[in-house]
Amino acid sequence: MDVFANAGAWIGYYWEIISGWLLEASGPGQKLLLMALAVVLFVVVMGGILLAVDKPKRIPNWLVATGFVGPALLFVAFGLVYPALRTMYTSLFARNSDDFIGLDNYIRAFSENEFQIVLRNTAMWVILVPLVATLFGLIYAVLVDRTRFEKIAKTLMFLPMSISLVGASIIWRFMYEYRAVLLDADGNPRNNQTGLINQVLVWIGLEPQQFLINSPWNNLFLIAVMIWIQAGFAMTILSAAIKAIPDDIVEAARLDGLKGMQMFRYITVPSIRPALVVVLTTIAMTTLKVFDIVRTMTNGNFGTSVVANEFYDQSFRLGDAGLGAALAVILFVLVIPLVVYNVRQMRLAEEIR
Amino acid sequence: MISRRSRGASAAAVGGFAALALTLAACTPPPSDDDTAGDDGDFEVAEGCEAFEQYGDLSGTEVNLYTSITAPEDQPHIDSYDQFEECTGATINYEGSREFEAQLPVRIQAGNAPDVAYIPQPGLLNTLVTDFPDAIVPVGDLAAENVDSYYSEAWRGYGTVDDTFYATPLGANVKSFVWYSPSMFADAGYEIPETWDELIALSDQIVAEGGTPWCAGIGSGDATGWPATDWLEDVMLRTAGPDVYDQWVNHEIPFNDPAVAEALETVGSILKNEEYVNAGFGGVSSIATTEFTDAGFPILDGECWMHRQASFYQANWGEAQEGVTVAEDGDVFAFYFPSESTDSQPLLGGGEFVAAFDERPEVQAFQAFLTSPEWVNAKIPLAPGWVSANSEQDTSLYESPIDALSAELLADTSREFRFDASDLMPGAVGAGSFWTEMVNWIANDKPDNEVLDAIEASWP
Repeated sequence: MDVFANAGAWIGYYWEIISGWLLEASGPGQKLLLMALAVVLFVVVMGGILLAVDKPKRIPNWLVATGFVGPALLFVAFGLVYPALRTMYTSLFARNSDDFIGLDNYIRAFSENEFQIVLRNTAMWVILVPLVATLFGLIYAVLVDRTRFEKIAKTLMFLPMSISLVGASIIWRFMYEYRAVLLDADGNPRNNQTGLINQVLVWIGLEPQQFLINSPWNNLFLIAVMIWIQAGFAMTILSAAIKAIPDDIVEAARLDGLKGMQMFRYITVPSIRPALVVVLTTIAMTTLKVFDIVRTMTNGNFGTSVVANEFYDQSFRLGDAGLGAALAVILFVLVIPLVVYNVRQMRLAEEIR
Repeated sequence: MISRRSRGASAAAVGGFAALALTLAACTPPPSDDDTAGDDGDFEVAEGCEAFEQYGDLSGTEVNLYTSITAPEDQPHIDSYDQFEECTGATINYEGSREFEAQLPVRIQAGNAPDVAYIPQPGLLNTLVTDFPDAIVPVGDLAAENVDSYYSEAWRGYGTVDDTFYATPLGANVKSFVWYSPSMFADAGYEIPETWDELIALSDQIVAEGGTPWCAGIGSGDATGWPATDWLEDVMLRTAGPDVYDQWVNHEIPFNDPAVAEALETVGSILKNEEYVNAGFGGVSSIATTEFTDAGFPILDGECWMHRQASFYQANWGEAQEGVTVAEDGDVFAFYFPSESTDSQPLLGGGEFVAAFDERPEVQAFQAFLTSPEWVNAKIPLAPGWVSANSEQDTSLYESPIDALSAELLADTSREFRFDASDLMPGAVGAGSFWTEMVNWIANDKPDNEVLDAIEASWP
């Protein structure tokens, strides 16, 4: 037995030396050597894979399939399926304890006033953002289509997409910022607004507004940020779809006497219907998961919380893992139909093409 | 065919040789470096390291420290461990995270707990001990002795859960301060109010002379609302007294008790009085959107007269303008938030605590070091705005007069010191509903009783 223990110790001993040498290079010489070693290792492994792929006759089909699908399946199983099941399991327990409470967390999430506001807000987001963003994107795409400024106009519209949600939220928080109007002895304002929108309101003679506080309207001002970002995405996809409408259809319609709105109504929209559905559902899914905007702009205060934000708060800040998990499951259940519909539409769109 | 066979043969040869080498090697154990370690006590003590002798030789060891303090405030902390590292040979790996409160439980749950963590609230300590009973190691003998000799019993109490002493005190701060501009007060001929009635009389006088006396802001990102809870706690200490305050903290009286309602109403008589607030920012609701870091700045513009905020607010003045001096004869200073009479002057404060998650000697030594006067006196000159409640500290080291004043108030035993209530309450209240409901109270004018009922209902 001692022999085995010693052997194990020796392996550990050498392993420590080798790993120390590999991981803690002392100078440029050793680093270059390590690089060369890594390159050689890469060539050997890749060569091995290529050789193996070169001789497919000997390897049974199921092995090849497992080789390709296996790692992906493993990742999905451990990274997605297991956490999902675990979350559902946790959602049936009180706080962080082992007290099984059945569906109480779900009942709380649907019955308590505070969470009903959260669900109402999420509904507002999911209905408004996809519809308005897609509408803006569509109108914009049709208007700039084949005009002289098309490229610049489209770039401008697409720019917000490249800003992170947190960055966009900070920008918009500045836009909405509010200062009371202070009057000097003559009754003239003696201070400037720090928020652009309120300054514009003051210029045209209106009272500045507390955009982020007055519930439920403040939700609309948060939603505006998401629309600002997503309209560019909708515009890009829809514009491409419009360009893909075959010229002969357009020409035939024109010969039949269709003009302007009619053309839009009877030719453009039906032709790009699959693209429209994909855009709508994709934006809806993004919106359901919205977290960054709410967290950055109001932190869920003033009645603006949404499910994802509330889930984070409950799980990590308030230490109620059970309720947090229940909210996550609710979000999951709400997303599923959208995903299913989206995937089917994408498949339909591909078949048509 | 020939080549394949020979390749196989050579592979077998290599394998056989490796196996043989291993078998031979297996007869003797590998060289070990255990012999060099483990001779504590018998090492050379370097010059100036006498106070560190008790920790033993810790060379080559590492302590992973996890805190909520991030750049640039982290540097004074990192620098304050220098002597410990030099004298004992241990290395302190500092890691600060803004998501500390959310991440620490996650790390504990994942079996990846740090060695030492700075816990910003006793309430969080309580939650951690309840949720993960074996994660935090009770305070070792050396550190416990230090705490007993250098700190008042109350401080040990804040780090104790169910009679087990889990966390040692680190820093302290005083919250019962009202910031003002000494020069503005002098020009207007105002006296510093010493009682609550004088404070209200002064506020009314400022209103009568066309000014707005108070400015406030409770915005604080993730933690929006906490400055409003401090207001309520400070007033509660004054209207209900320290004993009722303790009952309130421990939930021996409900959160919607008439005593709390009275305190909230008193806070409302200032914070929800449109004539009193919110100087330089707008009306009452603008308190909710004003960041607490900026809330006192109108004092510098002459817009605002008074701003109730803790001692650590001094660090913010430099952000507003270059060269603002914080002193009794400078641009800004703070006076004690008055109580109903000068006979009883309770003090609201807060502090951080150190919890250890491992029993290794270097971890225990580091925790003990943080309770020692050596560390406190090394830390004080490094960072203005940081105050200790250690009784052996050298108060002459405080460069900032407000820090010196805070240390003096903390040391004054005639004042009843009480710890920030929201920091002591369970997380669901102290870092949850108490914050959000105070935000609703200010932003949406939610009635007092509904606010208190909602917080009471959320008590776990």
